[in-house]
Parts: sequence; structure tokens; C-alpha cells
Amino acid sequence: MEILEAILITIVTASTPLLLAALGELVVERSGVLNLGVEGMMIMGAVCAFAVSLTTGNPYLGLVAGMLGGVVMSILFGFLTLTLVSNQVATGLALTLLGLGLSGMVGEGFVGTPGVKLAPLPIPGLVELPVIGRALFGQDPLFYLSVVLTIGTTWFLFKSRAGLIVRAVGENHGSAHALGYSVIKVRYLAVMFGGLCAGLAGAYLSLVYTSLWIENMTAGRGWIALALVVFASWLPKRLIIGAYLFGTVSILQFHAQGAGIGIPSQLLSALPYLATILALVFISRNRAVARANTPACLGLAFVPDR
Amino acid sequence: MQIELQKRALPSSLMTWLSPALAITLTVLTGALMFGMLGFNPAQALYVYFIAPLLDSWSLQELVVKAAPLVLIGVGLSICYRSNNWNIGAEGQFTMGAILGSILPVVFYQWESPLTFPLMVALGALGGALFGAIPALLKNKFGANEILTSLMLTYVALLTLDYLVRGPWKNPEGFNFPESRLFSDAALAPSLIADSRMHIGALFAVIAVIAIFILFSRTLKGFEIRVLGATPRAGNFAGFSKERMILFAFMTSGALAGIAGIIEVAGPIGQLTPTISPGYGFTAIIVAFLGRLNPIGILFAGLLLALSYLGGEAAQIELGISEKTSKAFQGILLFYILACDTLIHYHVKFVSSKKKEAV
Repeated sequence: MEILEAILITIVTASTPLLLAALGELVVERSGVLNLGVEGMMIMGAVCAFAVSLTTGNPYLGLVAGMLGGVVMSILFGFLTLTLVSNQVATGLALTLLGLGLSGMVGEGFVGTPGVKLAPLPIPGLVELPVIGRALFGQDPLFYLSVVLTIGTTWFLFKSRAGLIVRAVGENHGSAHALGYSVIKVRYLAVMFGGLCAGLAGAYLSLVYTSLWIENMTAGRGWIALALVVFASWLPKRLIIGAYLFGTVSILQFHAQGAGIGIPSQLLSALPYLATILALVFISRNRAVARANTPACLGLAFVPDR
Repeated sequence: MQIELQKRALPSSLMTWLSPALAITLTVLTGALMFGMLGFNPAQALYVYFIAPLLDSWSLQELVVKAAPLVLIGVGLSICYRSNNWNIGAEGQFTMGAILGSILPVVFYQWESPLTFPLMVALGALGGALFGAIPALLKNKFGANEILTSLMLTYVALLTLDYLVRGPWKNPEGFNFPESRLFSDAALAPSLIADSRMHIGALFAVIAVIAIFILFSRTLKGFEIRVLGATPRAGNFAGFSKERMILFAFMTSGALAGIAGIIEVAGPIGQLTPTISPGYGFTAIIVAFLGRLNPIGILFAGLLLALSYLGGEAAQIELGISEKTSKAFQGILLFYILACDTLIHYHVKFVSSKKKEAV
């Protein structure tokens, strides 16, 4: 029973950053923008959160810094793709390369220094529940936030007027513009929300998951988050299933190694990446299903007529 | 203040060549600012970074050694990006090329012949091409996004290499270090000039530039690449197969990355180690864009980005500036290139917000 509980707790910690980052990207893509720079925003969030929490000793200030780091990166992306209509794919790649480079530079002095851990916030009573208690109600505040954010995003996108506008902009920016909505403004806000979520996801890695700064510590999680959005066919509720599936796969390796199963560790480490490829193949195989929820203007540039 | 864009009737040919120069200038200025903020003398730092490496023959050779893989991978990627196929897994194809090519010197190490090295290069090309074919086939058969699959496969390739050098391919006489056997003389890349580090990779890079230049400018295939990249519908009407182009672009760029990979281990490194590339596969993306997806441009861009690696090392040794700055520089450069490219297709106007409201 205790092993099961331990496994559940690690699954939740491995899945939360994926869910957070993917949630942000989902809103970005719903507004018609493809930001491939999740990895770059995430790593900047991680390094900013780590640096600020270490120097101030307050992990919550670190969280704020992580979010800011992600948002600043996303504004850079927005300025290029929305204001200067640069190619979104190339700019997203640039954002990732920039983030990995800058974070390596900023974080160099912190390598090997133990950081400040964001303390768990157990919910009294519920945390005593057998097996699932500590996994679901004894976690850090960011886990609860990820759950609230998923529900909130679903409500926002499908029940609120503002969410309808975001989806309209993503489906047909020409019509949305003709109706008088500011396509560029809506997209800027969506992109910034994506940056905020990616920054949070990065902060989670350096404040909760490891509480260490390691160069390239995101290890492709930003890219997996991008794949999750496709896998969830742009629906937040399916994102939960996807994120937890991938969290489970990525955590499996530690438990398999602990149990002494004689598989090369590298094969186990490769599992999340292989699983991502498999999931993409599985979901894209039926093109009608795959395209049903794809925002029609995804990745297309928009220049307003004047 | 607001920025307004007005589409040019035709892409500006002046800006096509001016924009990379502008991007480089802006990057250098940003670099000066960054060094100043880090507490270094900007002029001295920039000199050590970008000028000093060009002044002695050892670093000039080293520049060529580092530029060769970047140019090889970069020209391959230009085929992909021109035909609108987003291969970002060159690092993985590079690694797979190195692995497959190393079968001869690591597993069949007793076989030494003049054919060893040429065969290794062929195997390297094969390894890269086959590994590049995976995202292409997954895109063709299942519509899986090639950006994500090619990147995921990079991690798989790096882990495969790690497994091999720590497991079955570990040097039995290597004191348990995670390294393969040292390559025999027959398996090492021949030097271009006696007793220099400059090896045959540079020659391969120049040949690749010429070959891809001819491919783009003189062949039907090159025309096909451009048409399918710019207007897939027109390409379809012309009877060009999109599926075959995807496979061609990925396999060709994979093969070139694979060649770069095997030459890197058979040249500067001389054996397989867990890390065989300082991110060449990703830096080559910047090389391809800075070179305007044009083979000749890529040749110069490759030299410039190689300089950023070299300058990074020099700045670390001489001034104690972190080597990591070179990666940051590379990212900043790509950002500026993409921003400046707006000038090719648009007139950029600065409009004050007040004036706009008055209208």
C-alpha cells in the first residue's frame, strides 16, 4: 500500500508541469497561434524562479519571478510573430534556443546549489484518506492551481464570451476582425497566458520537482506539452488524461530501476519520447478526427487591412 | 507609438541581403550591452570574442573544423525548410550517423584498409538518412507532426549513444570510462594539410554546398522543392508528389547530418563519447536561416556561427566570461534575423497612437 501511495505521489509531481505548460499552449493555439517555444519559456521560468527564491529565501517570490520570466519570453515571441508577422514555427524554435542559451548563462552560478523548496500545503482531513490522500490532498499549491486552472480554462473557453472571442479569432481571424475584434490584441493576451503557464511549469520543476538548478532541466517537457495539446485535440479536459498518462510513463523508469528490473536505464529514459511519438501517430492516424478541433487559423499570420 | 506594416508589392531584394547584416550588427550591439552589464569592458570582450580568433592560424583552422558540420547540416536543412518540411531533429540524425558509421572502427576494429574511412562515411550517411526517414514516413502515413516527432527522436538517438558507450561498445581497455575504443588510423578522417586539425570534413562541406547549389538552381528537383514549399496546391497541379518530397527532403538532410556526425567522431574526437556535439544540429537551424536558405549564404553563416563557438571558448579562457554566452548569442541572433526579415516583405512604419485616433 505504501509503495502504491509513493508511486501515486510521484506521478502527480511528474504530471503537473506537463499539464500546466500544455494548458497555456492550448489557449495560445485556440487563438490561432502556434508557439513552439514552450521549452524556452519553461526553462526561463525555471531559472528565474530558482534564482529569485534562492536569493530572497521566499519560494512564492520565486513563483512570481518564474511567471514573469515566462511572460517576458512570450511577449518577445508575440512581438515577432504578431507585430512583425515573422514565421511562427521559426520564431518558436528561436525562442527555445534563446531560452536554453540565456538560462544556461543566468543559471551557471547556481549549478549544484540546493534551492528553496516550495512546501506542500496539505488539506486538513482529506490528506488522511487512505492511498490517494497524500497524492491528491497533500501536494504543493501549484498542483491545486493546475486543477483549478484546467477547470477554469474549460469554463473560459466554452462558457464565457471572452473565450468565444478567443476561439473565433483562432477559427477565422478575417471574420473576427471584420466583426470588430482586435485579433492582434486577443492573440497577445493568449500568448502571454501561455508564457505565464509555461513559466509556472518551469518554476514547478526548479521549486518542487527537484529544487535544484540543472542546465536543460526541462529535458524536452515543453515539447511533450506541445504534443499533448495535439493529443488532447485542443480540449482541456482531455489534457488531464494525456498529462497524467505521460507523467506515469516518465516516472515509471525510476520505479522500474528501484525494483531492479534489468532493462537499460537509457531505454526507460527514452520511453516518454517514444510514447509521445506513438501518441502523435495514434491521434493523427484518423485525419478527420485529428482535424475536427484544430483551430483553422493555427499558425497563419494576420495583418489587419488599413 | 504603434508599428504598422504595409505589404511590399514585391519582396525587396536589397533587404534580402541587408537583413542578415542588420541582424548581425544588432546582435553585436546587444552583446556589447550584455558584456557591459556583466561588468566587462565591452570593446575588449567583443575583440576577444569576434576578432582575435581570426588572427592566428591555429584558430582559423579550428574555425574551419567547427564550421564544417554546421555547413553540412545547414545546407541539408535548407532543402527541408524551402520545401516547408520542419526537420528540427538534425542533432539526432547527426548522432545516428555517428553511431552507424562507428560500427566499423568499434565492432570490426581489426579490419583496417583504405576502404575503412570511405565505408564509414557511407554508413554514416545511411544512418542519418534512415533516421531522418522516420519522421517523414510518420508524416506521410499517419499525418503525425514532423516537428515533434523529429525532435523526440533526437532524444532517442542521444540515449542510444549513451547506452552504447556505457554498455556494449565501452572500451575494454578504457579503465571503465564511458568511451568506445580509439579509432584506428585507417578509420580517422584524413587531414587536409599535414599535421593540422583541419580534416576532410571541410572538403565535404564545400562539395555539399556546390551540389545543393546546383540542385536548387539547375535541376527540376530544385524547382519542385521551391514550388511545393511556396504553393503546395500549384505543386500538386504540376504533378509533384508532396509525399515523395517529404521523404526526399528528410532523407537528404538526414544523410548530410549523418555524414557530419561520422566525420566529427572520426576527425576531432577520434572515438565515440557520450557527448559528440556541442549542439551542432540545433545551431545549424540558425545557420540555415542566417544563410537565407541559400547554400552559398549558408557557407558564410556556418563560418560566423563557428566563430561564436570559438569566441565563446576564447572569452572564457581570457576574460572568464562564461562559455554559455555563445549559446545565448546564437539565440539572440536568430531572433534578430527573423525580426529583420519582416523588412523584406513589408514597409514598417511607426505611427504615434494619438495621430491614429485623430484619423
